[in-house]
Amino acid sequence: MRLRRKRRILRAVRKSQQLRRVQNQTNAIRPDDVLLVTTVRNEAVRMPYFLQYYRDLGVDHFLIIDNDSTDGLMDHLAGQPDISVWHTKGSYKSANFGVDWMNALKRRYAHGHWTLVVDPDEFFVYPFCDSRPLKALTGWLDNASIRSFSAMLLDMYPKGRLDEFPYREGQDPLEIASWFDAGNYTISKNLEYGNLWIQGGPRARKFFPDTPYRAPALNKIPLVKWDRNYAFVSSTHALLPRGLNLVYEEWGGEKASGVLLHTKFLDTFVHKAEEETRRKQHYAQSFEYAAYAAQLKDQPEFWCKWSEKYINWRQLEILGLMSKGNWA
Amino acid sequence: MTLGVVMLVHTALDRAAQVAKHWAAAECPVVIHVDAKLDRKTFEAFKAQFKDAPRIRFSKRHKCEWGMWGLVAATLSASERLLRDFPEVGHVYLASGSCLPLRPVKELVSYLEARPQTDFIESATIADVPWTVGGLNEERFALRFPFSWQSQRYWFDKYVDLQRRLGFSRKIPKGIEPHMGSQWWCLSRATLTAILQDPERPAFDRYFKRVWIPDESYFQTLVRRHSETVESRSLTLSKFDHQGKPHIFYDDHLQLLRRSHCFVARKIWPGANRLYDAFLSKDAAAPTIAEPDPTKIDRIFAKALERRTIGRAGLYMQSRFLDQHWENGVTAGPYSVFQGFSDVFDGFEDWLARVSGCRVHGHLFAPDRAEFADQDTAANGVLTDNAKLRDYNSQAFLTNLVWNTRGQRQCYQYGPGDSQANNWLMAKDANAQISVISGAWAIPLFKSKRDFAEVRKEAAALQKTESEFLDVLRSPWAKARIRIWTLAEFVEAPMEPMQAIVDEISVHGPRRLSEAPRMIDLTGFGQFLQDLRNQGMHPNVMGDFPVETDTPSAPAPQQRPYLVK
Repeated sequence: MRLRRKRRILRAVRKSQQLRRVQNQTNAIRPDDVLLVTTVRNEAVRMPYFLQYYRDLGVDHFLIIDNDSTDGLMDHLAGQPDISVWHTKGSYKSANFGVDWMNALKRRYAHGHWTLVVDPDEFFVYPFCDSRPLKALTGWLDNASIRSFSAMLLDMYPKGRLDEFPYREGQDPLEIASWFDAGNYTISKNLEYGNLWIQGGPRARKFFPDTPYRAPALNKIPLVKWDRNYAFVSSTHALLPRGLNLVYEEWGGEKASGVLLHTKFLDTFVHKAEEETRRKQHYAQSFEYAAYAAQLKDQPEFWCKWSEKYINWRQLEILGLMSKGNWA
Repeated sequence: MTLGVVMLVHTALDRAAQVAKHWAAAECPVVIHVDAKLDRKTFEAFKAQFKDAPRIRFSKRHKCEWGMWGLVAATLSASERLLRDFPEVGHVYLASGSCLPLRPVKELVSYLEARPQTDFIESATIADVPWTVGGLNEERFALRFPFSWQSQRYWFDKYVDLQRRLGFSRKIPKGIEPHMGSQWWCLSRATLTAILQDPERPAFDRYFKRVWIPDESYFQTLVRRHSETVESRSLTLSKFDHQGKPHIFYDDHLQLLRRSHCFVARKIWPGANRLYDAFLSKDAAAPTIAEPDPTKIDRIFAKALERRTIGRAGLYMQSRFLDQHWENGVTAGPYSVFQGFSDVFDGFEDWLARVSGCRVHGHLFAPDRAEFADQDTAANGVLTDNAKLRDYNSQAFLTNLVWNTRGQRQCYQYGPGDSQANNWLMAKDANAQISVISGAWAIPLFKSKRDFAEVRKEAAALQKTESEFLDVLRSPWAKARIRIWTLAEFVEAPMEPMQAIVDEISVHGPRRLSEAPRMIDLTGFGQFLQDLRNQGMHPNVMGDFPVETDTPSAPAPQQRPYLVK
């Protein structure tokens, strides 16, 4: 495992040569700052709300990797004092789906910082996020000697067809995709890395009813007090060293955890699924996207009468999708 | 007389300064001790802002490390300075930089003026202290602790080990009996002076320098030697979690803190602007003479602790995935499993739903789909009826269903034709009520009029599966509420068992069943079993079913069996 970790880090260093610095504001990073790292490809339309959401939570600096966007991403990012940007034309797939690039950036800039790794369509929700800033959470985690914080991916979807409600720039995507599946998730333990493997939700029931084992993983550990010797293994599903994956309790009780509200399913998704199937740059030959594209032709509806409408983190806590642990 | 404050400051200097000025503004002198670990420049800058505040002074700085003598040394130095510089001080309040006064300082002053001799300090004999974390109760006083637990853990552990092995035990100085308690106290001038000027103090100090966490025992012990009236509680609201770390208060605790009527609370998160603004504002809240009452806060923290250590029974999620046998509740609530009943009775599901008020599903684990109640294709939490998704993780399917429907008992039909993946889970689950009419699976076969060779083969398979399930139910590890009848037994007197089952689960409470389900006509069933036997397949799980009589006793099969009251 140590070898594997070293290999990951070496890879990251090698792949970092593909990154070209576009805008470097990292001098502004202060010792206690909370950082956010993300990889973006043609998602400019999501940027304004994304940045606003995380600035409000208390993220101090954004490290953004632009995977060759062609939709004017920099119009949203240029000149902003809390955003640093790198550009790459490299292959998303051969960079282990962006993980190598991000590992490299974090190794360089995030050592000793609480670091949030999310996609532009993921919105981090944690206990008391409506009254306590992100620094309250990281301070509490520091106090309790916890280094990593889990937040499972919760797929959000609209009521109706995806193309029924076009997304406007700056809009809260949860206004459209405000529904979710509350209790159809399955969990098993990955003995190799010690992390949990969570599947289920609308994607499993709509796209993978005959091949449930292929349904995408929903377990994520997006918030980590980064050390230059850490490495994500596959997306943010698992980390090395393995101790960081023990975000769950095995002997009774609940650890604190959050949720990543995944607002992938907007009208923009239909187009994206087609493009990604062509590019084959995603996990398992974009099998996932192929399954989507095949079904999206007949515009599936995720919503049913058992769907739950999102209200706030307390609702997710009561439903058992996340937990306050002993944070009161 | 007034109140003097000793304030121990380590970090969050801005907040400490804000609170110190608040005390001083209410004419309470403050002596601040700043941790010697803080660099000189920062310290001087911090000190400079109090140039024009004559009531705020600084004491000799000591290095403060958690669990070590430095904290006590700091308190002693600051107390000496406070008593020397401010003769008007009647009580001394020990606070930290992250303490926040919740009530107007005047109220605290008059509260103390009314109790001039009383010392408020939590002080319990070591035998009676259950709250210490990590053991080391008596040993705190019997061993030596020259190494820091935080920064020299290796040597700390080694040295404790060594002393234990050598059977080492320190002598406790004469005249004191070790007591422990919260380190935040409020002592009267008389008592504190007596402690500081005790002729034996050098001996005590020497002893406590090597005690572990002396700030929780030094004053708590010595106060028993000098005080007239010890009120063994802290005026500072301070709660600790299961790791022994203090709970922190945030903006959303505002109302809770206000209603607690406590004088001072710690620890306050430095970023809690709303709290600092609200409690340090000039226009204080309406004065009260209420006694401090932190019960509500206690309850919230007790609940948080329970959530962390026990958790919600039957919940499997990203941060709670318990090893087998550690679940403390396999499922979230009670549910009922019926095997054979829908084979014996016509319309059993509808009848059960009517008389019990529960949600009654068909065969949830049927091979082709999950037969949810009302022919629904999905259920709570968007569990779908897809058999492949269900069988991908059968346990999760069942535990999810029970979790998603907390508060409403679920009933479902089960049988040897269904997926048997959950047999052990159900049997070991104290929430399960499992009722089995063994051999009832033969009735649909009997009615099917299919090719007999085929029927014979299927009967053999079903009997084998059912026998295995019965073995599980009869194992010593089974914890469910289990009832098993053979078919022969059951049809003889069906209503008594039914009454018992329904009584246990009915939402209406125990009530006489006035309506019974209609039993299927079993004419010729005995002969059917005999035919199986004649073919070499011996059906035994249904008990001794007579060949001749069709249904062994009254009631007549075509009629509904009514109960005699």
